[in-house]
Amino acid sequence: MRLPDKGLIDRSKPVTFTFDGQQYSGFDGDSLASALLANGVRVVGRSFKYHRPRGVLTAGSEEPNAMVEVLDATRQTPNTRATVQEIHQGLAARSQNRWPSLRWDLLSVNDLAAPFLGAGFYYKTFMWPRAFWEKLYEPAIRRAAGLGKLLPKHDDAEYEKAFAFCDLLVIGSGPSGLMAALTAARAGKRVILAEEDHLMGGRLLSDDAQIDNAPATDWVNATLSELKSLPNVRLMPRTTVIGAYDHGTYAAVERVGLHLAHKPNLPRECFWRIVAGQAILATGALERPIAFRNNDRPGIMLAGAVQTYLNRYGVAPGTRVTLFANNDNARIVARQLMAAGVKVVAIIDSRPTPLVVEECPVYISGSVIDTKGRRALTGITVSHAAGTTELETDLLMMSGGWNPLLHLTCHQNGRPQWRDDIAAFVPVPGMIPGLTAAGSANGTFSTAACLAEGASVATALFNLPPAAIPLAEDAAYAIQPLWAVPGDGRAWLDFANDVTVKDVQQSAQEGFISVEHMKRYTTQGMAPDQGKNSNVGALAVLADVTGRGIPETGTTTFRPPYVPLSIGAVGAGAQGKGFAPQRFMTSDQASRDRGAPMIEAGLWYRPSYFPRRGEATWREACDREVIMVRTKVGVADVSTLGKIDIQGRDAARFLDLVYTGTFSTLPVGRVRYGLMLREDGHVMDDGTTARLGENHYLMTTTTAAAGQVMRHLDFVHQAYCADYDLRFISVTEAWAQFAVAGPKARQLLNSLLDQPIGDFPFMSCAHVTLQGINARLYRISFSGEEGYEIAVPTAYGESLFRDLVARAETLGGGPYGMEALNVLRIEKGLITHAEIHGRTTAFDIGAQKMVGRKDCIGKASSQRPGLTGPEREQLVGLRPITDAAIGAGAHLFNPGDKVHRSTDQGYVTSVCYSPTMEGWLGLAFLRDGRARHGQTVRLVDHMRGTDVLCTVTDPVFHDPEGAKLRA
Amino acid sequence: MPELIAKTALSGQGSAVHAGTTLAEVALGAITSIACFAGHQHAVATALGQAFPAPNSHANGLCWTGPDQAFLIGRVAPDLTGLAATTDQSGGWAALRLTGPMAADALLRHVPLDLHAMRAGQAARAPLGHMQMILMAEEGGFLLLVFRSMARTAWHELDTTLKHLAARKAL
Repeated sequence: MRLPDKGLIDRSKPVTFTFDGQQYSGFDGDSLASALLANGVRVVGRSFKYHRPRGVLTAGSEEPNAMVEVLDATRQTPNTRATVQEIHQGLAARSQNRWPSLRWDLLSVNDLAAPFLGAGFYYKTFMWPRAFWEKLYEPAIRRAAGLGKLLPKHDDAEYEKAFAFCDLLVIGSGPSGLMAALTAARAGKRVILAEEDHLMGGRLLSDDAQIDNAPATDWVNATLSELKSLPNVRLMPRTTVIGAYDHGTYAAVERVGLHLAHKPNLPRECFWRIVAGQAILATGALERPIAFRNNDRPGIMLAGAVQTYLNRYGVAPGTRVTLFANNDNARIVARQLMAAGVKVVAIIDSRPTPLVVEECPVYISGSVIDTKGRRALTGITVSHAAGTTELETDLLMMSGGWNPLLHLTCHQNGRPQWRDDIAAFVPVPGMIPGLTAAGSANGTFSTAACLAEGASVATALFNLPPAAIPLAEDAAYAIQPLWAVPGDGRAWLDFANDVTVKDVQQSAQEGFISVEHMKRYTTQGMAPDQGKNSNVGALAVLADVTGRGIPETGTTTFRPPYVPLSIGAVGAGAQGKGFAPQRFMTSDQASRDRGAPMIEAGLWYRPSYFPRRGEATWREACDREVIMVRTKVGVADVSTLGKIDIQGRDAARFLDLVYTGTFSTLPVGRVRYGLMLREDGHVMDDGTTARLGENHYLMTTTTAAAGQVMRHLDFVHQAYCADYDLRFISVTEAWAQFAVAGPKARQLLNSLLDQPIGDFPFMSCAHVTLQGINARLYRISFSGEEGYEIAVPTAYGESLFRDLVARAETLGGGPYGMEALNVLRIEKGLITHAEIHGRTTAFDIGAQKMVGRKDCIGKASSQRPGLTGPEREQLVGLRPITDAAIGAGAHLFNPGDKVHRSTDQGYVTSVCYSPTMEGWLGLAFLRDGRARHGQTVRLVDHMRGTDVLCTVTDPVFHDPEGAKLRA
Repeated sequence: MPELIAKTALSGQGSAVHAGTTLAEVALGAITSIACFAGHQHAVATALGQAFPAPNSHANGLCWTGPDQAFLIGRVAPDLTGLAATTDQSGGWAALRLTGPMAADALLRHVPLDLHAMRAGQAARAPLGHMQMILMAEEGGFLLLVFRSMARTAWHELDTTLKHLAARKAL
């Protein structure tokens, strides 16, 4: 029921929305929960396990019952708290966990079976037969017990991530937070004030209290205007700080467009990482329910929540109100309701002493022992000093006291401390370095004390002079703990997961007496509210059953995130291709223009093959490209290989240290193949290094290991030879480099170079000019043909590639892709990271002669026992005896042996169909392989169902003497 | 003599303007990495006619890029044989300039640095999302160098971010 003249809603702006298909009206500023309550909607959801009707319990993000799916044309956002969702024109929401409808839920039959469905039921009942759990029981239980549903499709919504920096992060904008922010801001500190709600002010928006003898909201508005006017302040409404991490870093999630109808380009949420010099936790406190029989009916709410609906939204959630409380504070709500003209039937105070006379009956030493009303509360049974009384009521407010919201202080495994005087846990200073609690989050409850503490914490942190504190109420709280009313029947502790007092007692009886075990046995605290409403109550009941005190029982572990967090927000920007940067070569467009399918090689995109008209499969294109290189000329972009420019007096010494080979003896103008070992003696990478000048080398790495090698060089230089005078830098991006290979390679290059290639034997390098542009020419080959690589500054890459390809075509050649490149190198027995995959040594790949003449990184390790010898699997070639296809990953066995891992002789690393050799070829690692050339092995591939005999050969199939290479 | 055609990383990409903030590719001309050999920083400074930049700073087209290393931008390097290792980096970097009121906030979606506190003349090696970046603060905005091969990703991410921020502004 909406009350006149109250609330912070804009009554000039009516808003219509739907809930379960029915249209309702509210006002701008309403939450979905307040608007539904104003329309008299009591049942908003069904409970998790027993499917009992449930109504709104709270007015904040801790809400356990009022969770809905918010719908738009293409999206469905489940588990949205109706207490947090702002209404907007056209908002459509749907209740969850009911079938066929909220009013008639067939699964409410579970409620009748409740005696069997207590804690541990699933563990005991669905144990046997074992296989049934995964296939039958779990899916059935999950269907019945549940929350909202996601649409089974990708989330295509936009999210963002952002960083922010400040001197002071204030978490929460109630009296303490506002005072803290104001104090630091006036001193010129860079302040971020984060508030979960869309309005700032915290409890001051709900309390209807006075500050400086005027409505508190006046003070809130004045304070906010001042903060907004300061350039050093950033106000962040709709932002929940969800985790406290190392070095003053806090994670927060902001609702940017989530609460609105979809808008193009507007992110739904922003995931913030806020780095703060200091932080003040001013998150306030959460009211706790009291456990009594049937305390979960729609119409039973927390007193503080009713106060919020009354004062902030102008809504009375009932017409005949009762209050059940164990403290003075909650009585204010009853008085405010009466002042607003709402009938308060009675106050039931669990404490024995009458304190104040109220304008309604007060039952002292009272407790609610049962309630009535299936879909909405109709009455309660009260036990009190003078006997038992039945009362008619449609709204029962309960208050079991308040829990400081200290979650963030526990995120680095600190444990809070119990305070008997307020019957609550409070943070201990220093649980998170740089985070200080103030106000109700620190167990300081009166408005006056909160204002003072917010200011004093800020002045202490920054050594500021004392701030003026506005006047406010400073009433006593006077709580006497009451956790559960004794008696039969089910009394709920955890509304969200349907956990009752009995469940906790049963847990203890069955031996689960640690609070962490109780939590897992009963599932208390494991629902979306993460036990915000139930943790302290449940552990108090557990303490009672086990005869320990509450401090000895302790709390469970508080972990981030403080509120449920969408994966979309955490993964912002990483959907699809946003997951990693894409790297494109200068020839990319030219390759795509020719219809080349691009494949990913690390972050790079490289052409797989260049299809021609009439070619039906990639193999046809690949075979043609291989023959083209072997007989004419081919052009391939090899710019992705790592290039590291190394200069300095000690460059040669340095290379001798990192490579197995000797580079100090390499003449200027020559290139040498190099093998690099890890410190454990295994091969890290290979490549060629050219000596461009006396003190100037250019190292190439494989595409895959470019970053790793750069990192390795940096480590070696800094850790082992910091006194070597040399400098190195990646020039991978600075040069576009193209392989030109085949019998007509020299002819093709000569048609472009300003000076024809002269005497330029295999493994030479030179500075050349190409149409006036400085270029570098290397005579190296990854194909076994007469091969060159020509490098030009990257800006000219695309232009040169297109020219080279056009000229190659004139000579009967053309471009070739990764598939042909792979076939060419397998035919020649050249290795890639398929072979040097991290577990192979120089000995294994047949390069043992390259290690040993001098010391180098990895040499000592490579000579350890077990890294050389006949027991090692060694690189060999394989040719199937029949005309069968073979696959990489297959394993090798001796013919006649049982196929079993214990008889394994090795494995295949690379295969291809070789158009040159007209058959399948493989490279493999075979135990004692070099001694077994000519023998037969059995190749078994369980994945592809292959089982063929192969002949073991030398890994170099094509031109083993290298005559073509050196032509 | 026919000549090869030079292209910048995003050649043909027009600038993007969202709510008064502009993202544009810029052609910086020559970029040379200058890495001083041990003990030669003063001699290099003399040859360049300006001080070798302190860490995290840039001035007059000379930007600190690492220990004993700076990039000379927009002019040809003098002969520094024996004093410093020089390499041509001209085509290896894509240069993007971000100017306008949302420049810092847009970069803060990708860069974990306190950019609002960064003043013109300051520089940093920092990640732009998962990419390497050389960042230079200028009057009214930032100049960013990213790997040429990643230019399209950098552009896409910043352009998308500017659209997000413009949509926020329109609320």
